[in-house]
Amino acid sequence: MDRYFLIASTFCFLAAVVHTVIELRAKLFRPLRFNFVAIGLGFIFQTLFLWIRGQQLGRCPITNLFEVFAFLAWSVALVYMLVGPAYRLSLMGAFTAPLVLLLQGFALIAPIDTRHSPSVPANSWLEFHASMSLVAYGVFALACIAGVMYLLQERQLKTHHLHSIFYHLPPLTNLFAVITRLLWWGFALYTVGIVSGFFTGHPLPRIQVVAAIALWLLYAAILQARHLKWLAPKRVAALCIIGFSAALALLWGITFTAELHHVP
Amino acid sequence: MNLFCIGLSHHTANVATREQFAGNATAESIARQAGCAEALLLTTCNRVEVYAVSDKRISTDEIARCLVAPANRDPNNYAPPFYRYEDNNCVQHLFRVASGLDSMVVGESEIFGQAKKAYESARTAGAVGPYLHRLFQRAFRVAKQVRTHTDIARGTVSVGSVAVELAQRIFGKLSECKVLVLGAGETSERTTRALVSRGVTDLRVSNRSLDRARELAQAVGGRAVPFGDWVPQCREIDILLTSTASEIPLLTAEILAPMLRERLDRPLFVIDIAVPRDVDPSVNELEGVYLYDIDSIRSVAEQSLALRQQQVAAAEAIIADHVTEFVNSISRGLNRLSQVAEHSSVGENPLRASEL
Repeated sequence: MDRYFLIASTFCFLAAVVHTVIELRAKLFRPLRFNFVAIGLGFIFQTLFLWIRGQQLGRCPITNLFEVFAFLAWSVALVYMLVGPAYRLSLMGAFTAPLVLLLQGFALIAPIDTRHSPSVPANSWLEFHASMSLVAYGVFALACIAGVMYLLQERQLKTHHLHSIFYHLPPLTNLFAVITRLLWWGFALYTVGIVSGFFTGHPLPRIQVVAAIALWLLYAAILQARHLKWLAPKRVAALCIIGFSAALALLWGITFTAELHHVP
Repeated sequence: MNLFCIGLSHHTANVATREQFAGNATAESIARQAGCAEALLLTTCNRVEVYAVSDKRISTDEIARCLVAPANRDPNNYAPPFYRYEDNNCVQHLFRVASGLDSMVVGESEIFGQAKKAYESARTAGAVGPYLHRLFQRAFRVAKQVRTHTDIARGTVSVGSVAVELAQRIFGKLSECKVLVLGAGETSERTTRALVSRGVTDLRVSNRSLDRARELAQAVGGRAVPFGDWVPQCREIDILLTSTASEIPLLTAEILAPMLRERLDRPLFVIDIAVPRDVDPSVNELEGVYLYDIDSIRSVAEQSLALRQQQVAAAEAIIADHVTEFVNSISRGLNRLSQVAEHSSVGENPLRASEL
C-alpha cells in the first residue's frame, strides 16, 4: 500500500523530467511553475510514503536500502523546496527531478525492499544520526546539481556556444555562491550526523566509520580549499559532483554492511 | 463598424519615404479630418501606422493625405508604399507589432513602450473610444504573454548589449564589478555606456593619449589610468574592454596567468573589440577567463537572432488564439448591441453604448 505513494511520487518527478525534455527539444525552455508544482506534489507523496512506512515499522523508515534511497530522495526534494525558490533557482527543479527520479526509480525496481526486523531496537540517537546524515546527503546532492549547472553555464561561456538554456541558468557567481552555502550547510549537518553516531550506544562497523570520516574529510578539504581560494570555482563545482558520487557509494556501502549486521 | 490599419513600415518604404509621413499629424487631427469614430497614430523610426474605427469606408489615400504635411500634399495616389489591414487582419497585425514580430529586430521590446505611448497620447486627446481601447489593451496583454511564454525577447544583437548580457550571465549584478576600458574609441565608449546603464560604477579608462582617457572617464563617470599602468589593474578588475589600434596583442596568457593566481575565485570577462585583436586568443584557455573577440560577439548575436526566429512560430500561435478570442468577443458585443438598439431609441453610437 505504502509503495503506491512512492510510485505516485515517482510519476510526478517523471512528469517534471518529461516536461523538461519536451521544452528542451522545442528549444522553448523556461523555468516554469510546472516543475515546482510537480516536485512539490512528488514531495507530498514521498512524505506520505515515509510516514506510513514509519508507522508500520514504529521507527524512522531507514531500515533497508529501499527505504534509505526513498529517504534520500525525500531529502533532496526537501532541500530543493527550501533552497530553489529562496535563491531564485527555479531551473534547479529541472536538474533535481532527474536525480530524484533515478533514486526512486532504482529503489522501486531493484529488489532491495527486504523486510527484516533490525537487531538493534529503535534508538533516538541512532535515528537522529541516520536521518541527519541523509538530510546532509540531500544538501550535498543539491550542491552537486548546482555544480552541474555551473559547469554547463561555464562551458557555454567558454566555447561561445550559447543554447536556449543559457539565458535561464543563473549567473556563474550566483551559482558559485549557492554551491558554497550548500557545501557549508551540508558539511555542518553531516558533522552533526557523524558526531551523533558516537552516542548511539552501539559499536558501528569500523569500515563504516572510516568511510564516513573519509567523506567528511573530503568535504572539509573542498571547503578549506574554497576558503583559502586555492581552487577555481570550476574545480569546486566538479568536486561537488565527485563528492556526491562518493557519498552515494558510501551510503550504499553503509546500508549494505548495516543490512549484513542488521543495523539501520 | 469598420476597423482598419493603414500604414507604412520598414518592410514597405525606405526611411526617406517614411519621414514624409511622420510627425505631421496627431490621432485627433486624423480622426477629425478623415471622419473616423476613433483613431490612433503609431509613429516610430520604423513605422507610421493609423489604427481607426469608422462607420463608413475610408480610403487609404484619405488617411495618407492626413499624414502628410499640408504643404507637401500630393493629389496623386499614395497607395503604393501603404498597406491596409481590416478587421481580423488588423487585429492580428497590431498584436504582431506590439509583440515585436513585425520589428526590424524581431522580438525587440521598444515597440511595446512606443505603442503604449501612442495609445496614451490618443486617449488623452480623446481620439480613442471603447473599440480601440479594448483592442490596444488586449494587444498589450498579448505582447506581455508572448514575451513571458516564449524566448522571443531573449538574447541581444548589438556589441554593447551582447557584452552587457554576457557580463550579467557571469557576474549577475554589475554594480559591484570593476571595469577597465583600454582604448577610448567610439565603440568602446558605446559599450562602456551600455555597462554603465546596467549599474557599473567602478570604471577605469586607459588610453595611449591620457587626455582622451580623461575625457572618456569624465563622460562615463570613471577615472583615467596612465597607459603604462593598465596591466597590474588586471589583478583587481572583473571586466576588461579593449579596443586599441595596437598591431600586436597587448595581453597574452603569459602576462595574465601570474595575476590570475591571486584572483582564482573571481572570473575575468575580457571583451576584445579591436581589429587586429588586442588580446591573444590563448587567454581564453586560462581558467576563469572568458574572452570574447569581435567575431565571437557577432556569433553570439547571430545565435540570439536565430533563437528569436525559432520562437516566432510559438509567438504566432499565441497571437492567433488571441485574435480569434478577441474577434469573437467583439462580435458577441455587437450582437448584444443590435438587440439593445432594436429595443431602445438611444441615439448614441451603438458600439460605444455596448462598451459603456
